[in-house]
Amino acid sequence: MTFSLSRRTALMGTGALLATPAFAQRAPIRLGGLATLEGPFATGGQDGFRCVQMELERINNTVGGRRIEFIRESSNAQADVALARARKLIEQDNVDIILGPLSGAEGIALRDYSRTLTGKTIVNGSSGAADTTLRNPSTNFFRFNTDGTQWMAGLGNHVFRTMGIRDVAIVAGDYAFPYAQVFGFNIEFCRAGGRTTHYWAPLGTTDFGSQIAQINRSDVGALVVVHGGTDGLAFMTQYAQAGGNKPLIAGSIMADQSMLSARGPHRRVMVGMISSGPIADVIDDQSWRDYVERYRRRWLNEGGFQSPSIHGVNYATNLAGILTALAAVDGDLSGNQAAFQRALAAARFKAPTGADVRLDHNRQAISDIFINRVEERDGRAQVVAFSRANGINQTLNTPEAAFLALGSPSRDNPGCVPAAT
Amino acid sequence: MHSRVLLWSALGLALLLVMPWLLLQALPQNQAQFWTANILGRGIVFGIIAMSLTFLATYGGFISLAQMMVAGVAGYTLAIFVDGAVPRIAGGLGYGLAIPLAILAATVMGLIVGAIAVRTRDIYLLMITLALAMGIFRFIETNIAWFNGYEGIRNVVGPDVFGFDFRNAYVFYYIALGTAGALYFGVLYLVRTPFGLVLQGIRDNPRRVAALGYAVGPHRIAAFGVAGFIAGCGGVLATIYNIGISPGSIGLGATVNVLIMSVIGGLGHPIGAFVGSLVFTFFDTFSASIYDRERFNTLIGVVFLVIVLLSPDGLLGAGARLRKMLGGRDAP
Repeated sequence: MTFSLSRRTALMGTGALLATPAFAQRAPIRLGGLATLEGPFATGGQDGFRCVQMELERINNTVGGRRIEFIRESSNAQADVALARARKLIEQDNVDIILGPLSGAEGIALRDYSRTLTGKTIVNGSSGAADTTLRNPSTNFFRFNTDGTQWMAGLGNHVFRTMGIRDVAIVAGDYAFPYAQVFGFNIEFCRAGGRTTHYWAPLGTTDFGSQIAQINRSDVGALVVVHGGTDGLAFMTQYAQAGGNKPLIAGSIMADQSMLSARGPHRRVMVGMISSGPIADVIDDQSWRDYVERYRRRWLNEGGFQSPSIHGVNYATNLAGILTALAAVDGDLSGNQAAFQRALAAARFKAPTGADVRLDHNRQAISDIFINRVEERDGRAQVVAFSRANGINQTLNTPEAAFLALGSPSRDNPGCVPAAT
Repeated sequence: MHSRVLLWSALGLALLLVMPWLLLQALPQNQAQFWTANILGRGIVFGIIAMSLTFLATYGGFISLAQMMVAGVAGYTLAIFVDGAVPRIAGGLGYGLAIPLAILAATVMGLIVGAIAVRTRDIYLLMITLALAMGIFRFIETNIAWFNGYEGIRNVVGPDVFGFDFRNAYVFYYIALGTAGALYFGVLYLVRTPFGLVLQGIRDNPRRVAALGYAVGPHRIAAFGVAGFIAGCGGVLATIYNIGISPGSIGLGATVNVLIMSVIGGLGHPIGAFVGSLVFTFFDTFSASIYDRERFNTLIGVVFLVIVLLSPDGLLGAGARLRKMLGGRDAP
């Protein structure tokens, strides 16, 4: 205790000594990063930090004439751990802005925590639960990535109309983010006339044997997999080993490099999988191709993926929101960050994918969604975008009151509303 | 021996009483507050839960892995019944009623665990309590109607205590410290009562105690009830500290953390729980700053390993051994 204290004080003292002789330089902006470096989404969290580091290196850690100090913290996808780390970032490390967290339940916990803060801002990392911003939003919580429901825009209609599939089995994690994804899929699919059977499993499940046995015995037309991280890997591995051969539809964090880069039998069944989300490995857009090229140059030899993951791009998008706003106010965070938060709410910029990003009245992103297919290209599986919907908002471009009336996504309310009269 | 323990405990308590003030002198205001609430306060709260394990281990000889789950029962009872929690499950009670109800629920759960585990010892007791803890954890995690599944119940902000807001770091700290102090001295008192002496007799030789005419089983179950009460107090404080509770707070990781705290501190005396939990909380919070952020769990593991290797009876044992080496006077 005393050791760290004295070391900390000594370091701060040294820092002060070094800083004083310099000409009136403004104090650095302290940016806290929170991602899951442990637990089921560890690979996604690492990639989030990779994309943040790459962007900060590109701008030489400076924006609006102020240096940015980036302080990393790690959680494990549990709400209470994320909360403890966020408290440490705010109170001990004295950060001005938190960039994070990565997963759904953590996002809701931090949204609630942000309410207790004044003069601090939390900008989401990659969490995608709908209710984080849709219901009871917090005035200093901003999200520049689209949410799990938005990511499914267009997929349900594609499966029903283009692929002609009438009933599906849905396997999904039993918490906020998959609820949002299933909700988004079902709204279109059920409204078109489709039927769904749901199989829920808690986050951190490793054995999906009984669910897979039931699915393989049933005569559904396709399987929708809304797992991610290690759960997704476990499910797909076991599904492949059990000889599963139904057409596969996937949630947004399933058809992703964090999955395709892992070795195992799952890669065989994943080719041909249809999915939707805010990114794809191959998008017909020059700024995205440049971004992927930069990512590969920077990270391919340091443990990075063949192309950035969804979590990496979400962190980069949210960081871009922060940097855009900081540039707009010239790095000025005074007045309890009021001007900065106004600039955040008004920020308009392009995400790495080339998609336009702006915020709605709940400080939630409106942006583009891609429909993708996993294809074998250059000798490896890649997620290829073949369709793109521009400017999808949080209520899937339906009237907000009607959308809110559908209720909060949950296991008991998976969004399966039959066609209206 | 006993009076010396009391003296040291009183000294420790006095030190903890003035710690917030000392921290304010040494650190900037917001950091002092962080240390008060999130290192010392959190350490004390988890120390209470760890002490329920240490109590059973020291005086009964039972290593129960169900204590975090029992604390969680209190936390969930509070979250289910108190007004203002999100989502509203039952609601309708103020903190004045919900907190006693929560502690009662934990005590009952402690008795149930004791009753189920009453015939087992050693590794079998460990396994049966672990199985109970994991069973309840899985049930809570998958039940939406009562426990809201993986996300748990949030917005348990805590009561106003005599006009002071519980969310104030110092109010929280002194309530946690007061609770811990009362429970700690309560345990020291309890083990000197006839009940406590019989309990220690059962630990050392259950057959002989039975031959003397004492009912071994009910005593063991009652000990689990007392431990449940202690864990319940900790569970209520932990839930308010975390502004809610989710299954992750009572899962395998949390269960093992409580065991680690107890072992780091030493299972020889209830004070070990607090020593262990403060050390654990410190490393849990700061290892990422001291060591590589992507590998900080390694540091926590190494610290644990070193303590257990050098001193199988935890930091308490290390202290005793040090005293013996230096003076060799009255080693325990």
